This record gives sequence, C-alpha cells and structure tokens, in this order.
Amino acid sequence: MTDAQVIVGLEVHCQLDTQSKLFCGCSTDYRSDGPNTHVCPVCLGLPGSMPVLNKKAIEYAMRVAKALNCSVTDEAEFSRKNYFYPDLDKAYQITQYDKPLAKGGYVEIEADEGSGGKCVQITRIHVEEDPGRLVHMGNAERGRYSLVDYNRAGIPLIEIVSEPDMRSPKEARKFLNKLRATLEYLGVFDSEKEGSLRVDANISIAGSERVEVKNISSYKGVEKALTFEVTRQKNLLRRGRTVKRETRHFLEARGITQSARSKEQEHDYRYFPEPDLRPVNVQSWVAGIVLPELPDARRERFMAQYGCSANHARTLTGELRLANFYEHVVASGQKGLFTLAATWIADTLIGELNYRNMTIDTVQAAPFKKLLEHIQGDECTDKSGVEVLRVMLDTIKQGLPYETPLAILDRLNLRKVSVNITRPFAYGITLKSGVEPNPIMKALSEVLTEQPRAVEDFRKGKKEAFNFLIGHVMKKTRGRADPKELNRLLVEALKNREA
Amino acid sequence: MAAHETVFNPDDRYNAFLTVCRKAPHSDGKLAGIAVAVKDNISTQGIETTCASKILKGYIPPYDAHVVDLLKQSGAAIAGKTNMDEFGMGTTTENSAFGPTLNPCDTTRVPGGSSGGSAAAIAAGMVRMALGTDTGGSIRCPAAFCGIVGLKPTYGRVSRYGLIAYANSLEQIGPMAGTVSDVSLLMQVIAGYDRRDSTSYNKPYTHTPNPDIKGLTIGIPQEYFGAGVDPRVAEVTKRAIFRLEELGATALPCSIPSMEYALAAYYVTCTSEASSNLARFDGVRYGPAADTKKSWHDAYREVRRAGFGAEVRRRIMLGTFALSSGYYGKYYAKAQIARENVKKDFARIFSEVDVIAGPTMPTIAFKLGEKSDPLSMYLADILTVPVNLANIPAISVPCGKVDGMPVGLQIMGKPFEDERVVDVAFAYEQVAA
Ligand SMILES: [Zn+2]
Repeated sequence: MTDAQVIVGLEVHCQLDTQSKLFCGCSTDYRSDGPNTHVCPVCLGLPGSMPVLNKKAIEYAMRVAKALNCSVTDEAEFSRKNYFYPDLDKAYQITQYDKPLAKGGYVEIEADEGSGGKCVQITRIHVEEDPGRLVHMGNAERGRYSLVDYNRAGIPLIEIVSEPDMRSPKEARKFLNKLRATLEYLGVFDSEKEGSLRVDANISIAGSERVEVKNISSYKGVEKALTFEVTRQKNLLRRGRTVKRETRHFLEARGITQSARSKEQEHDYRYFPEPDLRPVNVQSWVAGIVLPELPDARRERFMAQYGCSANHARTLTGELRLANFYEHVVASGQKGLFTLAATWIADTLIGELNYRNMTIDTVQAAPFKKLLEHIQGDECTDKSGVEVLRVMLDTIKQGLPYETPLAILDRLNLRKVSVNITRPFAYGITLKSGVEPNPIMKALSEVLTEQPRAVEDFRKGKKEAFNFLIGHVMKKTRGRADPKELNRLLVEALKNREA
Repeated sequence: MAAHETVFNPDDRYNAFLTVCRKAPHSDGKLAGIAVAVKDNISTQGIETTCASKILKGYIPPYDAHVVDLLKQSGAAIAGKTNMDEFGMGTTTENSAFGPTLNPCDTTRVPGGSSGGSAAAIAAGMVRMALGTDTGGSIRCPAAFCGIVGLKPTYGRVSRYGLIAYANSLEQIGPMAGTVSDVSLLMQVIAGYDRRDSTSYNKPYTHTPNPDIKGLTIGIPQEYFGAGVDPRVAEVTKRAIFRLEELGATALPCSIPSMEYALAAYYVTCTSEASSNLARFDGVRYGPAADTKKSWHDAYREVRRAGFGAEVRRRIMLGTFALSSGYYGKYYAKAQIARENVKKDFARIFSEVDVIAGPTMPTIAFKLGEKSDPLSMYLADILTVPVNLANIPAISVPCGKVDGMPVGLQIMGKPFEDERVVDVAFAYEQVAA
C-alpha cells in the first residue's frame, strides 16, 4: 500500500501582467494603493456597465498557448459562471467554458526517477476575470465582518489545466516551476507580485477517489499541500478506510488541508454564453506571434555558450531574472568569469538571497561582477568573498548607502594576505622593530606557541594535528590566508621546529 | 456650447414620471432645449435610476449611459425618468414598484409596457420625445397603445452602454415621439458606434424620412392576422396596409412558421439572461443595504426577497431553472435553436420582400388589472417578440382606432434597414393625417 501510485493534476491560475484590466481601462497596478481606488462602473459591476475585451490579455494567453504547444481555437468565446459571493461584483464571473482559447498542449519537466524528461499534458487554457478580495475583520468577541476591495476585480487571469500526469508532489512543484519560468520568459506574468498565482490541485492514490485541494497560493504551498494529502490519503487506506471524493481547502499557515463545507461542493454555475461580448476570431493572430527564447533553449545555450554545467544551466535559466542577471554579469567578461559566475550565482548567491528573503532583482550585476573579479584576481579568498557578499546583501536589505566590494574588503580587513618570501624562515624569528609583522606569520607563530600539544602530536606522526593547527591559524586570520600558501608555511615552520 | 436651462413643470396626472428634472440644463445643438424623457432603466449621472424597482431605490449612478451622453451633446434637456414595468418585465407598466402609469387616451386602461411612462409622457404632451427600451416589444407596445410612434432599432445600432440589462441579447434602446420625423430625429442623435458596447456596430443613422414608397414590396405574414388577434385590430391594420398599396407598394402574403415557438424561445432566453443580470442586486454596492449583522447569504436573500416584485422574482426563478445543469439542453439550448429558426424565416421572407407589416399588438390597450395571470400577459407579446429574436428593426405607427383606442401598424425591416421602416411609417403617416 505504501508504494501506491500518486496521481496529481493541477489547475493553475496566473494573473496576466497587462497594463489594464480584462474588461475595462482600470490600471492593474493596485497593490500599493488603497482599497477600491482602481475601479470604474465596469469592474464594480454597476448597473448598465458593459465589458470591453482587452485584446492584449488574449494575445498574452495565445503566447502561452503557443509556448505550451497547444492548438488555439478559431473563435474565443466567453461565458458567464453564475454564483453569489460578496467579492464577485456582478454575481457572475466572465470566463470561458465550452470553447476555451486553447487545448491539448504539453510541458516538459525532469522526471523524478532517472535523468530523462517527461511530458505533462495540458488539457486546456482559458482566460477569465479575477474577482475582488475580501478582508476579514474583527474577531469572535468583537464581531466578525468583512470588507470588500474591488481593485483586483477584473484583473485578467489565465487558467492552465493539466492532465493528471504528475506522480508526486515534487513533480507538481517542478511542473509549476517550469510553467512559471515559461510564463515569465513570455513576458506575460510576474511571479513576484503578491497573489499573482493560485493553484487548485487534484490528487488521488491510484484506485481511490479524487480529492480537489483549493486555495493554494504559493509555489511551496503546492508541494506542502500535496505532501500532506498523500500522507492523509495513504493513512486512510492503510487503516482500511476509503478516501472520500471531496473538495478541501489548504490552510497555508498550518500546512494542512481541511474538508470544505458540503454546501460549497454543490455549485451549479449555470454557464451560458456572455451576451455582451461577441466571439473574437483569434486564429488569425496566432501565426503572427513570435515567441522569445524559452527556458529549455536558453539552458542549452548557457551550456554551449558559457560552458555551464547542466545543473548550473538548469538553475540559472529556471528563473528569467536569474538568467538575465547571469548574462549581465558575464557580459563582456573573460571566459574565466563564465564558470566562476555560474558557480557563485547558482551555489552561493541564491542561498544567501533565500536566507534573507530577498529577490534577485534587488541585486545589481555590476558590483557583483566586481566582487567576482576580486576573487578572480586573487585579491580575496572564496571565504572572504562570501563575507563581502553577505555585507553587500545586508546593506541592500537595510537600505544603507552603497559600498564597493573593495571598500568592504578593506573595511573588514579581508584583503588576501600573502607572505611573499622566497626563503624559508625559522620558527621563533624575531621581528625587526618598526616593521609591521606579516599577519599570517604572526598568527602562525602565535598558534605554534599556544598549541604545543598539537605540535608535539604532529611530531609523533598524528596527521590530524596538522589540520588542527591550520584551523587555528585560519581562525586568527579570519580566513584571509590563502590555504595553499598557509599549508606550505606550516610545513616549513614545523620542519624548522624539528630541526 | 453655451449652457442654458429649461424649466420643466409637467402636470403628471398619469404617473408617467418617476423623477422629474424641473430645471434641466442644456446646451446648443440638434435638440437644443427639447425636453427628452428617459426611461428609468437608462443610467443618468446624478439622477436617481431605479428601473422602477425598490431594490434600486436611492441609487444615483455616477455615470451617464452612452445615449444620455449623446442627448446632452445634442443640446437636449433631460426632462426626467419615466415609469416602467420593473426592470422592463411586463407589457402594461403595472409591474412598477411605484404604481402603474395610466393611459392618457383612457385612464382606465394601461399604457402598455414596459416603456409605458415614456409613451404616456409623449401622448399627454408632457414631452416631445423620449427614450424607451425594447426587449420583446417594450417600445412598440406602449407606442401602439398610446397612439404614438416608437422604433426598435436593429440590434447593435444604438449603444446599450448604461442600459441596465434585462435581456442583453434581445434589447435595444430606441426613440419614441409623436411623429415619425421626431423619431427619426432622435434616432439620428442616439445611433452609432460606441466602443464601450462590444455588440455595437458602426452604422450611424443620418436619414431624413422620405415618403416615396413606390415599388416597395410588403410581406403580410398570415400569423399576424390569425388566432389570438382581435379581428377589429386586424381589420384596421389591413386598411392601413391598403393605404400603403395605394402609395405604390405591393403586398404579398407570407408565413413565419417558426412563430409557433417564438414566444417560448423568447421567454426562455430573456428569463435566463435576466436571472444572471439581476443577480448583482444584493445590497452590497448600491440600493437599500443588506443587513450586515447577518451572514451574507441570509442578508442577500432578505434584500432580494424584499426588493424585487413578484413578476421579477418569477422570471428570475424561471431563468435560473432554464439554465441549471440537466435542463440547459432542454430549455436554453433549444430556445437558441428556435431563435435561429425565427432568424432564418425572416431571412427567407426578406429575400422576397422589402418589409413585413402587421399589427403591433393583437388587441387594444387592456383595462388596468385585466391581465392578472402571467400567461395571458405573455401571450400579448406574440407579435412583437419575433423582431427581437431576429435582431431586426421595427417601428410602430398609429393606424386607426378600435373602441376609441389607438391601434399600431408594425413595419419590420431587414437588419440595418431602420431607414426603410422609418420611410414606410412616414409615408403612411403623411396620408393618414
Ligand atoms: Zn474598471
């Protein structure tokens, strides 16, 4: 039973990043403004107002359809989905029903098992309007009430429905990431905008009923919700019970799903064609749409053009902004920079950004490139580089004035120190007065004095003692010493000591 | 454009107006200083617009309908908002939440509906012209009952932006006036493309009526003179058509077999659309507010139960049923097939004739309270609804009297040949006078 096949299908709603709403001229840039400030008779559903289709939204959706290898319908037709809810100004949503914009495409993702790719089939793509938003106020004691904000009402949404082709929560996450990347490459979606993505997931264990999980509003949430469901459903089956066909809500904060009230499951939406809009002939537009370079093509190019490893190329091209950032950094750079930049961005920068909850677009390519050049030019070690990077990111996050990587290196005294003496030196060397002692040699001699036990152990043949001593020197120099050089110096110092 | 003011002080003993604008500003233009009444389902900025429903009591729109914009631009003074059947649902104007309008020709009778207020205001001489709306005959019926002229334009010829929707796919705003010339003049002002109405066409109306109808062919559908039509009304209408023949037109018998299903197709379509259109009246954004102490579900139910009249509630229920899953195919989808058949019948007839003529209404105006059961009321629409199903233009022009009450001659035309039906009505009006 534990090996039972997991079957997942997704319905993904993304806000299309148009300037104006789907059926009126109101601006879509509402997030930093007060409630009900981006509204007009149309998106408030005032009596007598009528929708006018934003052709840009349809064009955006057709770009997606083309990129996901779908076939586009001849005529785009809209329908009304009727239901009552306070955030729905007209008490119906204008959407597409039996004649969606596009059908039958696919998205390639990496399969969980093995190294090959797999195709997730796309059932349909359609365009619809977002409802408004309810803000719940008060509490049980002081009276609960809700405020409604129609700024979001009428924002164009694209709904992408997949076949139940995914076999694990992780695959679902991969599918979603690929979809997000593709939509961003197409210039039709901005994943950074709060609430720009919502997912409904269908999940079942082979042979059991299907459960629909609604209200998932983040990328991580999808994997979390599905993982919770897999465990819940498998546990039910293990205990000999059956999985009920139902709708469940995902409670993001608690990481669990909860059965929706049965009332919510019995909607009859009474779809019928929207009489206020004429069908739009879209087939003729499709041929004119020229797609930009998409993630797969860019990944191939990164490997060919910059010599990126497959993993680095996948990571870097998995997000449009990251890929752009990389290309900014390596632009007009030398070949040596290509790999260094790939390693630093994919392996270090992303982690540091995530840790700080920052996004890549807050980072400038130029200073980052400078930092890499310092590392490349042997002016600081990798370890110091990371420290400078951290300071740079903290500075951005706290909104402090800009400081060059070099200035940070100097301020923190992190410039790489080298000992530049060709002749071996004797342990216990006395320093000439007035001469600033070389910090590495100073640290080295201090460590040898402070750790006689380790020196003795080494002399007795304990090899671990050597690393112990190196560690202490590194600590004293705060990583500024070039490890290779330090090794050589320690070997010589110990040799001298024995002599 | 200089600003002027018209003082408007009508003696509204017929309850034609729901709102009177006693001081109406106006500018210069084609309709300079002419007081034009506007049906209360057309949005007027700053003037209460209720659709004769309690559910919109107190609603003052923040915007003008496209036709109201155009009226103002042409110098007309908005005289006020006229009474109607609630949301346009009726044939008598008795379904108004604010009391019925009386027929100025006989105050014991209804003025017809649903644009009864507009028709009565013209018939009583309170205004020279008015806007009505016609979903299934709502301009032509009161025009016929009150003895005035009313045009239902080709669908898409006049913008519906700002018309509070009852049945979007069927209805049009249209001109009403005492004469064909004035109807034509008002049509000049309101017709034309509006980008805010996606169903509107770029077909402006610049026509001046021409009474020359020599060589015109007129189809006379047998269904318009058969069972259910008062023989006296049929007789008066036939005489009017004979006058047209005297002017050089040729009348040819024809048949619209699809009329058998027209009424059913009409009522399924309009109630379906209405059930969706009227769902937005929930007390959240406008009109009497919902009780916020209750759950939204209960509050909605309460507002809608108290706010809508019986006929509106009936049609919402019928439409909700017709669209519900399992019944859609049986009702809504079937109605659309029947509607296509009506269109085909008209297309076939129009390949042989220029216009179609018949009575506007099967009877003269009913007595107040006479049509108490809904079904007999619905049957009165049989001669007007085919035009709406087919989206074609039709005009009603007075053509005589029965029992001292006016009878309307209905001229139906090919799509976008509103000019032609106006000409035929004008030709008749010239000889009838
Ligand atoms: Zn808007």
